[in-house]
Amino acid sequence: MTVGEIRDAIRSGEKSAVEICRDALARIDAVNPLLNAFNTVAADRALARAEAIDRSPDLRRRAPLAGVPIAIKDNICTSGLRTTASSRMLAEFVPPYDATVIQRLESAGAVVVGKTNCDEFAMGSSNETSAFGPVRNPWALDRSPGGTSGGSAAAVAAGLAPCALGSDTGGSVRQPSSLCGVVGLKPTYGRVSRYGLIAHGSSLDQIGPIARRARDAAIALGVIAGADACDSTSAPEPVADYEAALTGDVRGTRIGVPRALLEQGVEPEVMRATAAALDVLQARGAVIVDVDLPHARYATPVYYLVSTAEASSNLARYDGVRYGLRVDGADLRAMYGQTRGRGFGAEVKRRIMLGTYVLSAGYYDAYYLKAQQVRTLILRDYDRAFERVDVVAMPTSPVPAFRLGERIADPLQMYLVDVFTVSANLTGLPAINVPCGFTRQPAALPVGLQLTGRRFDEAALLRLADAYERDTEWSTQLPPIPSR
Amino acid sequence: MLAFDMPTALTRDDAARIAALANLELSAEELEVFARQLGDILAYADQVQQIDTTGVAPTASVVMRHAADRPDELRPCLDRDAALANAPDPALDAGLFKVPRVIG
Repeated sequence: MTVGEIRDAIRSGEKSAVEICRDALARIDAVNPLLNAFNTVAADRALARAEAIDRSPDLRRRAPLAGVPIAIKDNICTSGLRTTASSRMLAEFVPPYDATVIQRLESAGAVVVGKTNCDEFAMGSSNETSAFGPVRNPWALDRSPGGTSGGSAAAVAAGLAPCALGSDTGGSVRQPSSLCGVVGLKPTYGRVSRYGLIAHGSSLDQIGPIARRARDAAIALGVIAGADACDSTSAPEPVADYEAALTGDVRGTRIGVPRALLEQGVEPEVMRATAAALDVLQARGAVIVDVDLPHARYATPVYYLVSTAEASSNLARYDGVRYGLRVDGADLRAMYGQTRGRGFGAEVKRRIMLGTYVLSAGYYDAYYLKAQQVRTLILRDYDRAFERVDVVAMPTSPVPAFRLGERIADPLQMYLVDVFTVSANLTGLPAINVPCGFTRQPAALPVGLQLTGRRFDEAALLRLADAYERDTEWSTQLPPIPSR
Repeated sequence: MLAFDMPTALTRDDAARIAALANLELSAEELEVFARQLGDILAYADQVQQIDTTGVAPTASVVMRHAADRPDELRPCLDRDAALANAPDPALDAGLFKVPRVIG
């Protein structure tokens, strides 16, 4: 069932929240051992919550997500419910407070069913850096679901939850959504509060919804979006009625395609599927034009200089003193070093090292400052493009789901997967993944189209995604794993 | 802006120096591997050096408009027990986080 269907069934009394919740938990029990999508399943908490909704006629009638099960990436704090960031460092951490998005979801009647596996501290592109083992892609169990919100994307793709939250620092909502064949939206920077999100790159991080349908992502975004006194970077702009924006009418919408950028290397089958998706939108009345983003090809190196610098600073707080793992040492300094040396996995340590280096005396200007200047040039490219077009389209990932183990040994090969997603984080622009077909060889693997929009124009992205769904059947397909 | 070539090969000693700055205790093997991998990543990142950024202001934040300020008023916050609940070595009665001896 979709988010909308569950909400309507509970509203009409056709189903109880407890029934919906028990179904979701049973499906998680049956399928999660194959996928490893959840770090923690919160069965008791979820059932208690569902019972509370069933007892409240007011919530059932009015709450926009009444009784809707939702899976939460395990780097978003949930009061009293273990939140690990998939790291040994936080393996036993139980937050004393809820993230703002959790408060808003629960006030809207949503039922948190569990915390989903992800790359450690949201660093990776394959879910293989998790301290709790990789998530498996529901479409091909020997393949990666993408990362870093791989558990959230896999859970939604496999029908373990109709909706999930992920976080996106360089593509971590969109790329796993692409590889798992679901809708994933990274909102404009500031659209959703980051309070209670375990920080990775503070100028880049944004929480976003993952769902099977654009409409479900629109409903969830409407609940979590909005200014928050606990996050000074949250935006005061009014929140649109995203569901009302889904009119199906995309006539005259101008879609820009950066053809030169796509020559950077996109697998032919990915190119074919995304080109076909643009044909569908064109047939609906959208106008396809070429745009030039001359600096976008530098986005990957710029992203890895900026994000690791921010990460090295953010992760300085894991020192074994106030919370998290402590490994004892002879003195304070040794305790810090051993706690961090043992608590963090290889990718996190590598990024802390890189970030420390690019911020260090003598290299700051050449790497960090230079990257921030090129970030400005990338921003200007997009600003210029948006004078002519309403959205920019390209594949979300240049490749479909790759095999577990295929890229993890070479960090640089892994980073290159992010070539089309990181620009939206550097610029703060909203971007969505829309499932747009499957590869034929070597297996039937999902392909995703990425649409990037103007600042705070999530409505345009959702409208296009919803219109596309009306003419295609990709979003109704289920992966070949046990299903009811 | 840059009059010097960026070193793209990192030695094990460079890696050890960075690890010390970051308070990371790493094994000899890790230092070896990270030195090589960071060198590869920095060599790849060197392409940004080719771009002319004369007169271009850096972007550190993409926030255009901040949420309105809020009044500076006392509001509820975490109580001490909750703040100490996750501490590896709390002194609950005193309300302190304990650490190994700092001063001899």
